[in-house]
Amino acid sequence: MNEILILTILTIITAATPLVYAAIGELVVERSGVLNLGVEGMMLAGAVCSFATAHYTGSGMAGIVAGMLAGVLMALLFAFLTLSLQSSQVATGLALTIFGVGLSALIGQPLVGIAFDGLPSLNIPLLSNLPVVGQLLFSHDILVYGSFILVAAVAWFLNKSRAGLVLRSIGDSHNAAHALGLKVIRVRYCATLFGGACAGIGGSYLSLVYTPMWVENMSAGRGWIALALVVFAVWQPGRLLLGAYLFGGISILQLHAQALGINVPSQLMSMLPYATTILVLVLISRDRGRIRRNAPASIGQAFHPTT
Amino acid sequence: MIDSPENSAPLVQMAGISKAYPGCLANDSIDINLDAGRVHALLGENGAGKSTLVKILYGLLAQDAGSIRWQGQPVEISSPADARELGIAMVFQHFSLFESLSVLENIALGMDADADAVLKEKIISVSTRYGLPLNPDRSVFTLSVGERQRIEIVRCLLQEPKLLIMDEPTSVLTPLEVNDLFTTLSRLADEGMAILYISHKLEEIRKLCHEATILRGGKKVATADPRVESAEGLASLMMGSDIPVASTRERNESGEPMLVMSGLNHPAQDQNGISLQNINLSVCAGEIVGIAGVAGNGQDELMQVIAGEVLVSNNDAMHLQSNAVGRLGAGERRRRGLCCVPEERLGHAAVPTLSLTENVFLTAHHRKALRIAGLVSYRRSRKFATEIIDRFNVQCNGPEALAGSLSGGNLQKFIVGREILQAPEVLVVSQPTWGVDAGAARAIHDALRKLADGGAAVLLVSQDLDELMQISDRIGALCAGQLSELHVTTDVTVQQVGLLMGGESLESTANSSSAGVAS
Repeated sequence: MNEILILTILTIITAATPLVYAAIGELVVERSGVLNLGVEGMMLAGAVCSFATAHYTGSGMAGIVAGMLAGVLMALLFAFLTLSLQSSQVATGLALTIFGVGLSALIGQPLVGIAFDGLPSLNIPLLSNLPVVGQLLFSHDILVYGSFILVAAVAWFLNKSRAGLVLRSIGDSHNAAHALGLKVIRVRYCATLFGGACAGIGGSYLSLVYTPMWVENMSAGRGWIALALVVFAVWQPGRLLLGAYLFGGISILQLHAQALGINVPSQLMSMLPYATTILVLVLISRDRGRIRRNAPASIGQAFHPTT
Repeated sequence: MIDSPENSAPLVQMAGISKAYPGCLANDSIDINLDAGRVHALLGENGAGKSTLVKILYGLLAQDAGSIRWQGQPVEISSPADARELGIAMVFQHFSLFESLSVLENIALGMDADADAVLKEKIISVSTRYGLPLNPDRSVFTLSVGERQRIEIVRCLLQEPKLLIMDEPTSVLTPLEVNDLFTTLSRLADEGMAILYISHKLEEIRKLCHEATILRGGKKVATADPRVESAEGLASLMMGSDIPVASTRERNESGEPMLVMSGLNHPAQDQNGISLQNINLSVCAGEIVGIAGVAGNGQDELMQVIAGEVLVSNNDAMHLQSNAVGRLGAGERRRRGLCCVPEERLGHAAVPTLSLTENVFLTAHHRKALRIAGLVSYRRSRKFATEIIDRFNVQCNGPEALAGSLSGGNLQKFIVGREILQAPEVLVVSQPTWGVDAGAARAIHDALRKLADGGAAVLLVSQDLDELMQISDRIGALCAGQLSELHVTTDVTVQQVGLLMGGESLESTANSSSAGVAS
């Protein structure tokens, strides 16, 4: 029983990590006032480039870097269209997702059916030998550790650093920020590219660790869940981590419920993460004060520096 | 502070400044000099080019022609950061604040400083020193307009600028606060700061300013010494013709009560809101009732309750004519003859990204037949919008202009006009002349008077005591969510209204009928 429990927790961590990456990136993007609905597309681009690179070079690290770069390139395209050419963020984001699905399928055609060894676990000396705890906390791959560090870093950045304050102010009112002489477009470019990098790494995790192979459309809606997670977290990094693990847990629960022979239709179980998303979004929107304090007020609006 | 008294170059010399927008020359070769230690007034009607001129000086706009010298040296001011670098600070008319951030964070952003404990200490010390109380940890969206303005002023003072530009700073302050601010400004000028002061309030300028530059239609028409020139003289320079003196109207004492609130209670909506407690108020047909009060004493809440944006729990606490309406929605109240003009022009009274035609439809479709079979009739809405533009002399690009493209005063005329021309039985207006020039304010006041003369009940919530004393028939004040007794305006002095605003009552001086409701 203990073994099953540990195994379950370990799989929850694997399921949650890609969500953490994609969502924390999008959180920063949205806090700067940009709504990038292309997370799904950026994840897929990251997943396929990462897998291809890892497969041909044999290096997981090279794969992660490639996935990150793929995400950045996709985000750069989005940023150029929406920030420089001022196209609609919603339409462009949706197009980016559709583009990512198609592009990744094209690139990934020769890779279908090939397996990858996965990332090595980084066992922390001594600590990883502890019973139970060692296995749970101190023998993961680099991306799992990285995800926690990243969330903490983003939380510090947003709430404690001046650059984070500038970013939040731009998300709140780009006109007021512009009036103060802050570089609205430049900051939004940086935030959008950071979001792309994170989504790319999230994609890498899917194709290198979660299911170490390339399958067409393998992100299976995780980009959308990441978007919902940002709202769930009311744009706060700490709550986002919590939310990612909650959703990770629910998606694993459905697998284990079947394994344990719980007699619930599998369709119903696989619906669970998405139904939970909707439910949670409804509940979260009841707390208006918290939303007012944290939601970026100028999200999704094009910025014309002339006014 | 001043490096060399012999150096006679003014702090700022703007020479031959011109700026054209498509279809209008906003600044036409304007010269202006600002000296250290002097308060310089910039006077002009809406659209006279004052904002354009100060935006150029603050680096928000680039001039088409002309030069700027700073302490005798030619300078290019291409961004607000450049302006701040030189030592120019500006208090905007429309505050450029970040709603979701705290007071501390807002100030830190404007100063290129960190939002830390050191800055917090400074804010507290400056704000207490200049009588501008502020809690650095409050989120801006919970603050009233008056409180927000304090942030802007404190932010500028913290930068210890050489030149302070103030765009209509007193429009939301009480007389006492204005006095405090003037003391502060005079002290700052004595310490060697140059102050460029934009205001429509002529008395203020005469009290405070050492010199005045008057703009009309983008041109500089005169410079004057406001301490010598009379208010009428300044006004006629500004308007280009003599403005008529306010007509005093006879109070109609026989009107039926139209809007009655009895024992109305409404708990605060959030921790920083104000609870309305036991509000008793009756506004009769044919009279204007004024409500004074310092910003943040429940005005926003009272407006929301009256307009029906929030519903009170007791349906009978509010009556419109003889019907209880406490639980009726805003649209239904409009249909029954209660129209409202909220304080915030953009975002509350009008949608900035919609055209005037569409904005007309939004509040007028209940009372004017602007819908045909459930569809928007653009033809009728446009016609109504055009009528408002003509009747209230709104300067704009026609009924299809975006609401956000109008200057503050013109949009205010449009919004007030939109409600008045719906011929409401009860009109409730908040701060109708905030940031509006003397001519437009006069027009709005006349329109309110005319509406009351025509038998409507008018409730005027304002922080401008002069305005309240001028046009209201009875007056009361809100303090901490409680409404004072109403007094006949001609029976009370400004000082007594000041007492009411501080939550005192005037029982000792009860020579006025405070019951007020016509029997």
